[in-house]
Amino acid sequence: MNPLRQYYLTETRREFLKSAGAGIGAMALASVLKGEPRAHFKPRAKHVIYIHLVGAPSQLELFDAKPELVKRNGQKCPDHMFKGKQLAFIREHPVLLGTRFKFQKHGQSGLELSEQLPQLGGVADELCLVKSLTTDHFNHAPAQLFQHTGFERFGRPGIGSWVSYGLGSENRDLPGYVVFITGNVAGAGNSLWGSGFLPTLHQGIEFRSSGEPVLFLSNPKGVSGKDRREIVDGINFLNRQSLADVGDPEIATRIAQYELAFRMQTSVPELMDTSKESKATHALYGTQPGKASFANNCLLARRLVERGVRFVQLFDQGWDHHSGVFTNIPKKAKQIDQPVAALIKDLKQRGLLDETLIVLGGEFGRTPMLQGKSNAGAGNNVGRDHHKEGFTMMLAGGGVKGGFEFGATDELGYQPARDPVHLHDLNATILHLLGLNHEQLTYKYQGRDFRLTDVAGHVIDRILA
Amino acid sequence: MVMVWAAVAAINAAPTAQHWAYQKPQRPALPHIDSNWPRNAIDQFVLAKLRAKKLQPSPEARPGQLLRRVHLDLIGLPPSPAVLEAFLKNPSAKAYEKIVDRLLKNPQYGERWARPWLDLARYADSNGYQADQLRDSWAYRDWVIDAFNKGMPFNQFVIEQIAGDLLPKATAAQRIATGFHRTPTCNVEAGVHPEENRFNQVVDRVNTTGTVFLGTTLECAQCHDHKYDPIAMKEYYSLFAFFNNTPLEVKQLGKGVTWDFYGPTMELPIDAARAAKLKKLNAQMDAAQTKVKALRKDLAEEPNPPKNIAAILRKSNWSKKEKATLEKHFKIKYPILKKEELKVLALAKQINTLKPPTTLVMMEREKPRKTHVMRRGSYLSPGNAVASETPTALHPFKKNWPRNRLGLANWLVDADNPLVARVTVNRWWAEIMGRGLVATQEDFGKQSKPPTHPKLLDWLAVEFMERDWSMKHIHKLIVMSATYRQSSRVTPALLAADAANKFYARAARLRMSAEMVRDNALAISGLLSTKMHGPPIYPPQPGNIWRHVGRNGPKFNVATDENRFRRGVYVVWRRGAPYASFVNFDAPDRGTCVVQRPRTNTPLQALTLMNDEAYVEMALAFAGRVLAETKAGPEAKIEFAFKAALSRSPRPAELKFVKSLLLKRHAYFEKNTKAATEIIGNVKGWKAPKGLDTGELAAWFFIANILLNLDETITKQ
Repeated sequence: MNPLRQYYLTETRREFLKSAGAGIGAMALASVLKGEPRAHFKPRAKHVIYIHLVGAPSQLELFDAKPELVKRNGQKCPDHMFKGKQLAFIREHPVLLGTRFKFQKHGQSGLELSEQLPQLGGVADELCLVKSLTTDHFNHAPAQLFQHTGFERFGRPGIGSWVSYGLGSENRDLPGYVVFITGNVAGAGNSLWGSGFLPTLHQGIEFRSSGEPVLFLSNPKGVSGKDRREIVDGINFLNRQSLADVGDPEIATRIAQYELAFRMQTSVPELMDTSKESKATHALYGTQPGKASFANNCLLARRLVERGVRFVQLFDQGWDHHSGVFTNIPKKAKQIDQPVAALIKDLKQRGLLDETLIVLGGEFGRTPMLQGKSNAGAGNNVGRDHHKEGFTMMLAGGGVKGGFEFGATDELGYQPARDPVHLHDLNATILHLLGLNHEQLTYKYQGRDFRLTDVAGHVIDRILA
Repeated sequence: MVMVWAAVAAINAAPTAQHWAYQKPQRPALPHIDSNWPRNAIDQFVLAKLRAKKLQPSPEARPGQLLRRVHLDLIGLPPSPAVLEAFLKNPSAKAYEKIVDRLLKNPQYGERWARPWLDLARYADSNGYQADQLRDSWAYRDWVIDAFNKGMPFNQFVIEQIAGDLLPKATAAQRIATGFHRTPTCNVEAGVHPEENRFNQVVDRVNTTGTVFLGTTLECAQCHDHKYDPIAMKEYYSLFAFFNNTPLEVKQLGKGVTWDFYGPTMELPIDAARAAKLKKLNAQMDAAQTKVKALRKDLAEEPNPPKNIAAILRKSNWSKKEKATLEKHFKIKYPILKKEELKVLALAKQINTLKPPTTLVMMEREKPRKTHVMRRGSYLSPGNAVASETPTALHPFKKNWPRNRLGLANWLVDADNPLVARVTVNRWWAEIMGRGLVATQEDFGKQSKPPTHPKLLDWLAVEFMERDWSMKHIHKLIVMSATYRQSSRVTPALLAADAANKFYARAARLRMSAEMVRDNALAISGLLSTKMHGPPIYPPQPGNIWRHVGRNGPKFNVATDENRFRRGVYVVWRRGAPYASFVNFDAPDRGTCVVQRPRTNTPLQALTLMNDEAYVEMALAFAGRVLAETKAGPEAKIEFAFKAALSRSPRPAELKFVKSLLLKRHAYFEKNTKAATEIIGNVKGWKAPKGLDTGELAAWFFIANILLNLDETITKQ
């Protein structure tokens, strides 16, 4: 990143504020954070909705049809798939496991999807499947960190924080980076949306689906909105006395933040309240006002994007199918199929799909080999191990080709056979779509210019619309 | 591309000795200054620079403000109104020095200064990653607090943390100190590879050692020669070799792919009475177990067991089910066995409660591990073997030092090390003055920002080493300086001339750290418990924050006793979800070494201070304190409240405003007692004493909530 911009955004904020004049600190800061166009080049997308399916879904049951694998179901896997390989759970030479689900072609593009994703089939011409992904890690928490921060250990910012740092927010009353979670928090914890070494201003803020939508948003019992207004007025009256005496622009910022906090007490509940959405919209997503669900989070993601929030991340837990893959995938797929399809349709009809990039996938994929005893083809309790080579991520909207697939795995779905894509490449491409050059979006820390993509990453030009 | 590589090559080729930070600091002569402003050497350097920049120092801060500032800097808590009154009566230089000396002896000094050290040490109470289960190493945290309080020389402080276990006749405390490097994260999710974990932990130890003691980023050299600083990849692994002799830190559970965090721990010393009791119980336990064993043996030789039992007994391996059948048979047939076994269970329970707690420590394997350069930094790709060596660009490793962690520790704090003293005094300076003399506190390498006051930095570094590496001595020098005592007022002229205050023409004005924001508010409210040491505490936070994927997730059970109100340094630190209000005030996840926390100013901070249950109960307790400690009219009460919160009297406009709001609210709550009771009744952590006027208390709650939210309240100025 341009050192001048880093300087603006971080430690020397005060020096910048000086030139804007003391006393209007907050507004000056806000203008830095929003007004100035800060992309490196013309962006194709302005927002990202990143759906992380925690635990890593099986690409072989959802996206990557492998007839040969089905044919050879139950046979011992070829040596190269096991010998000398590090696997998380499989310890004995495993057999191949073909999917039991059918795949169908959809739309004008003829994009092939599993029968478990019928609704997404309906918007197949909007989808871009990258089917040859690899990552560096096959344990959940390190792989999740790697996917989000480009590094398998703690301490670095996640992609949402990088985007917030690079582009700022378009909405003064809401955070630039919002997180929703269904189920438990992913293994790597809150660090997935933490800001690492970036200023904490850029960390993701969790909007919770039960209790208060944002921690500490609600007034204590017995304190009304009117009471709160009086208290905020009191705080800011006294803060203004200090500002007049002490002259520190930080105080001006503090005053503005109390006003913003007060506005958030209205704007966030208003955002979370979907009761004014039309019946048709609720029917589209399969949501009910006030009922928490993954679908509801999809609807909220659209509401946030409408309000200019830069990066929305949805985590959905329950995709780690070491066993029962053929019974669990239908359950989980059903929870996401309709709402994600709805999100795509809804954004499209509102003219927002072009400027909103949707990303969906897990931290790695699953093995074409069966994990456990060789009862392939028989029992229902069969599953797949973690797999870091040859998985699929789904993209839509925001400047990517629709009805398109990129890359392919070999006939057994084990490794990329064509156009391999590393997670760093995907991250570079996401930044590119937002108008950010992944090699220039840097932050100097410990004497080094850090990047989301470390020292790797190539934009996947051929998926750009 | 060619140009870039040429530039890199040029940097690498440049004689590294020329970079200032790699030359041993020499004590510079004090600049000659014709002024009576300086109070000590620091001021002479600062004033010389100010004059060169055509700047003037600010006038001295008001006594109350100075008193509050020095309390926050040294012990992290505000002065009590009584201490304030006494100082305001006699704000002499002597009285100030007495206060400084007293604060340096206060046990809360160690607690306040432990916080930044624990950020460097990436101390936390959990493993991090999937499951993120809790681990016990709080004895190390207490060791840091005690070491600071005792005034342990910093060189010894370093040696004990890096290699306390290797010191001759190492004491328990010296072994506990090695917890410093048992803090790295550890992934125990099913299917991990233990060697990868171990490798990552050693990497973390090398990198953290580089950052904390050398101000140098070593991690680049994990994969390739460092581009800017004189660390070759081979040298990285030579440093790695010093740390490579520790055992694995995950343990396989059974034969599967399930793992647990593991590694050397030690039992903490316990008092003699407890030890004696435990010894007695252990003896009883031995006896009871012997008896059970003998009984079982007898029973196993039962002459005519039932058929099914006989069949099982004939087998050499028993299944779980078979074992259960045997147990059942024995117990029904021989009630005496059951009685004896119950006794064992009861004893085990008693022993468990008396058993000494444990803490994580470092330990060497008997057989040293071979260290290799790892190609591309990968634990799977060993290259050439290397021996334990320190980087050649830095001072030499003496012949008489052992080639182990102890030798490395000696090397780190050797008087010839050009970095450790500079890096250390610079961090303390920044913590107090708001900005490092080297602004890039984490990096003193060639990419660092040059020091604003190189001579002052060197003078402090040499002074530190020559004064027996005394942290308290340096802290006292800083807070006794005229530079420190200046007003923090930001005038338009100062803002125009030096907005970042690089040249210290005024004192720093800094928002407190997350922990200090809470400690300070607890002290103001009168709720603070000063109990020291021990296992982590669980003050109030909203429910459902600890809900992570993974087995046996620990529960956050909010304390209802004094642990609710103890200092932030004791709050449980779960890496996957640190204490919520701390996160809002820029606390890190402690997954990795943090030198400098950001200081942001956000609406979430406002929401936290206004609405977090913890701060709401502090506000009500503060209201109660005002009513309990001042019996006079509203003006006197407001005076007391301002002094408690801000160490100053209200300005006339403030007094007028607060009084009018207070009276208005009081009148309102007198009429609406239900509203008052609702506010008061919903607070869990503080109960109003009987006889307190509910209307007045509720009105004061409003004022207290306002005062605890002021920018000035959460700012050291």
